Amino acid sequence: MLSLAAVSAGYGSFQALFGVSLDVSRGEAVGVIGPNGAGKTTLMRVISGIIPMREGAMTFEGRSIGGLPAHHVVEQGIAHVPENRRLFPRLSVEENLRIGAFIPTARARFHEQLDWVYDLFPRLKDRRSQLAGTMSGGEQQMCAIARALMSRPKVLLMDEPSAGLAPLVVSQVFELVRKIRGEGLTVLIVEQNVQQVLEVVDRAYLLEVGAIRLSGTAAELKGNSFIRAAYMGL
Amino acid sequence: MDIYLLEAIINGILLGGVLALLALGLNLIFGVIDVVWIAYADIVMCGMYALYFLYAQYGVPLPLACVITIVGVSGLGVLVHLLIIAPVLDSPPLNQLLATGGLLFFLQSFATLLFGTDFRNIGVRLPVLEIATMYVSFARLIAFAVGLIGAVALYLFLKRTYVGTAIRAIAQDREIVALMGIDQRRIYIVVSAIGGALAGLAACLLALQYDVHPFIGNTFGPVIFIICVLGGLGNMIGGFIAAFVISQIIAIGGYYGSTELSYVFAFTFFIVLMLIRPRGLFAP
Repeated sequence: MLSLAAVSAGYGSFQALFGVSLDVSRGEAVGVIGPNGAGKTTLMRVISGIIPMREGAMTFEGRSIGGLPAHHVVEQGIAHVPENRRLFPRLSVEENLRIGAFIPTARARFHEQLDWVYDLFPRLKDRRSQLAGTMSGGEQQMCAIARALMSRPKVLLMDEPSAGLAPLVVSQVFELVRKIRGEGLTVLIVEQNVQQVLEVVDRAYLLEVGAIRLSGTAAELKGNSFIRAAYMGL
Repeated sequence: MDIYLLEAIINGILLGGVLALLALGLNLIFGVIDVVWIAYADIVMCGMYALYFLYAQYGVPLPLACVITIVGVSGLGVLVHLLIIAPVLDSPPLNQLLATGGLLFFLQSFATLLFGTDFRNIGVRLPVLEIATMYVSFARLIAFAVGLIGAVALYLFLKRTYVGTAIRAIAQDREIVALMGIDQRRIYIVVSAIGGALAGLAACLLALQYDVHPFIGNTFGPVIFIICVLGGLGNMIGGFIAAFVISQIIAIGGYYGSTELSYVFAFTFFIVLMLIRPRGLFAP
């Protein structure tokens, strides 16, 4: 469904990704794990078009999305939950969700989608008129995911959804990921929290210094001695 | 209370309506595009000339002339954005100031060249109302009412529509809005058009009260800027309230001293306040 072939990208003279290839099939949840500075966030930003791809090819449902500006990538059905949530802090929860449904296809079915999202995250319904910036970290993450879902995506990109949250809340966030999978969405998730992310994804890639070092099913990676030693502290 | 003081206060409130409208336009543009339109008051001047020529020279009915003026100045706003602002969006702020500052001199000189320095009046004589022995200018009353209607319309637009919500969102996080399918460049054009339309509306209201000449922008341009800074640049509600604070100072200052002195009071107030609250009246 989503496929990257030998994608390179960077900022100015700094290259962050070196020939990354990766595939995500329909209905799958795929993880990208790796240390800080490995290029995980860059990878997400390249897919959603915030950073231009320099080399390689990127296709989504058979159509090329390489070089497409970010505001057109959403229209293809790819929604991105950015790192650090990036809600609009002085807009209410519901206004954040409305922005999520900005594209015409989503706007047409706004109320239907809003009901679905509120069913999924009842907490947000209680807080609908609260300013997004005044909520707790976990609630903000919920809102950021909901905002992305408002565009009626086929694939959800999640960048470090557990970052900066208390351990108990982290578990809740992974519970949300599971819930979203249950709705039949395809998920590509970037995480440093290796142990927990491997519990919710089918497959994962290990990204180190901008290149894919390892890949396999979640079970394989959980059993891999290198990953156990370097990323799980076992 | 002294009846003349009351009259001054009422006229101050009425003056605040138009100033508030202009402060809203300037703040909207600054808050969203992050560029200060130094030449904003001179764009209003262009609108006043447009109304003058349409109505007084070519006999277009006043309401139609106003609509054409508003649409025209709105288009001028878009042109200013595309030709002057867009190319310097990624430049240092000083260069942006120089670009819009250059526009100020260009517009003033161009107007002088085309129309000379004559003071022109559109020649609409509106009555002065006498309410309980106070004199209130009907033109100011209209300007105040229309200014308020414009402000409420803008508020509803920003609050209720998708594009309006996107405009508020972009002022809070410039980069991330693209992930929601929002094309920043298009929002900038919409905002410039709205800023222009507000300037056009203000031009129609001001033309009812004042003569137009190439340097009319200098008389209220600086006042709009201190209003915006006082309210906190980019803070629309702050600017709206500050417009009435400043117009009150001008009106009451004019009552105790003279019109010229009233501006001295307003700017002194501004300078002192900047020392105490550098981020504006309503900064947290």
